[in-house]
Amino acid sequence: MIGLVEVATALLVGTWTGPLVVLLVVLASAAGAQVLRGVGLVLLTMVPFLASIVVINTFLFPGASDAIGRIGPLTPTWSGLSFALQISVRLLAFSLALSLVFLTTPVDDLLTELERRGLGRRGVFVLGAGLRTIPRMAERTREIADAQRARGLDTEGRPWRRVRGLLPLVAPLVFGALTEVEEHTLALEARAFSAPVRRTPLRTLPDRPGERLLRWGLTATLVAVLVGLAVAKVPVP
Amino acid sequence: MSAPGTSGARTGLRMTDAWYRYPGSRSGSMEAIDLILEPRDVVGVVGANEAGKSTLALVASGLAPQTVGGELRGSVTIDGLDTRRARPHELAARCGIVFQSPATQLSRTAQTVYEEVAFGPRNLGATRDEIVAAVGEALERMGIADLAGRDPQRLSGGQAQLVAIASILAMRPHFLVLDEPTAQLDPQGTELVAEAIASLASAGSSILIAEQKTDLLERVCHRILVLASGRIVMEGPSADVLGDARLADRGVAPPSGVRLRRALEVSGLDPRLLGTAA
Repeated sequence: MIGLVEVATALLVGTWTGPLVVLLVVLASAAGAQVLRGVGLVLLTMVPFLASIVVINTFLFPGASDAIGRIGPLTPTWSGLSFALQISVRLLAFSLALSLVFLTTPVDDLLTELERRGLGRRGVFVLGAGLRTIPRMAERTREIADAQRARGLDTEGRPWRRVRGLLPLVAPLVFGALTEVEEHTLALEARAFSAPVRRTPLRTLPDRPGERLLRWGLTATLVAVLVGLAVAKVPVP
Repeated sequence: MSAPGTSGARTGLRMTDAWYRYPGSRSGSMEAIDLILEPRDVVGVVGANEAGKSTLALVASGLAPQTVGGELRGSVTIDGLDTRRARPHELAARCGIVFQSPATQLSRTAQTVYEEVAFGPRNLGATRDEIVAAVGEALERMGIADLAGRDPQRLSGGQAQLVAIASILAMRPHFLVLDEPTAQLDPQGTELVAEAIASLASAGSSILIAEQKTDLLERVCHRILVLASGRIVMEGPSADVLGDARLADRGVAPPSGVRLRRALEVSGLDPRLLGTAA
């Protein structure tokens, strides 16, 4: 819930205030939950993307005339830089808030609670299998790459060689995944996946009064943010 | 789930003049199959690749045509339930099926082997007490109780296949269909699964097992069917069929004991030496 409110705030509250507040809260929460390392890894993966936003907007911002200086034929502008930084901070706040949700919530707990609250078995399956398919796909990619290398495919060295080496990996990965879907569907039906009864929960997560209070408070905050936006009392850029 | 699979009369798995065509195909992949799997029967199915073993397994379990689609003629009933009319979960509670690949059979939503095995009984709406009993029993029967806390995605092929079989057993079906359960396993994994199947067979489970490894079939089956082009071309007691010289013509390697006996005969030695050595 905290993550959801942060995501909404980061995305919807305008200028610098919303995203910066969210960033601070995310970092404080991450430090408290001892997941700063995980947040740092997410941040690292975003660096190339953020850098491209800054470069493109600083140099190619449409209609801006407040030049910072000149670099050859290019003219970086203060407006472009300011816009790029604002967008970057917002994206950062959004992504880190979302990653904080997954870093601090065991998938199993999330699915158990969502199912208890009425998310159907198909919804739970799609979410759960989706989250757990990523490591499986990574493993399959490694297996296929090893198999292709064993047959002489060069997947290392210069970038163009790597790109060329990707093509023979994609086809078996995609077709393999499609074949698996068919077999997996049969296996699920063999285990009564479509039975029209409520699935029995294996465990119930504790829900303390303080947690309930916090949840309601955050829900109220989320509603307040959305209502505030709807009546345009919070500035939207 | 009323103690899964234990409710209702056990009248057997019956296929009468069964013909099946896959969706999108014009011709039948299985023709004129007559088969009765009585309680406590263990029947083996052999045949070359594309002989129709997997098709027979799908039809016998009721997944075809209910889930796979296609057209089924003739009659297939599981404990009196017509597989064309029954809903997939009703069939799943009576007849379980295990496929070749352990990887595709895992639910991918469970974090532990225990949760994986509980997936089926939970789907059937069993009570928590029933689930605990069924999962515990299935894990014990497959000899994998020590794996209960492990991540099912990080098991060896043999272990994962044992988990897949336990996951089906936890639903307490009357009949078990195994479609080449050792096909993708290394020798160690094959041995693990073979031992588990032998243990299930000796405990009185009704099993239909399609398998290339005739040594395993010789160990566990009462009867053997030989398929070719979707038809039964040989049928009879296990020892008779697996010892039949025509088996190799059907693309099936006889068990190693039979091959050894024949080698002794060809060499002019007395095959009874094998018995003496044993």
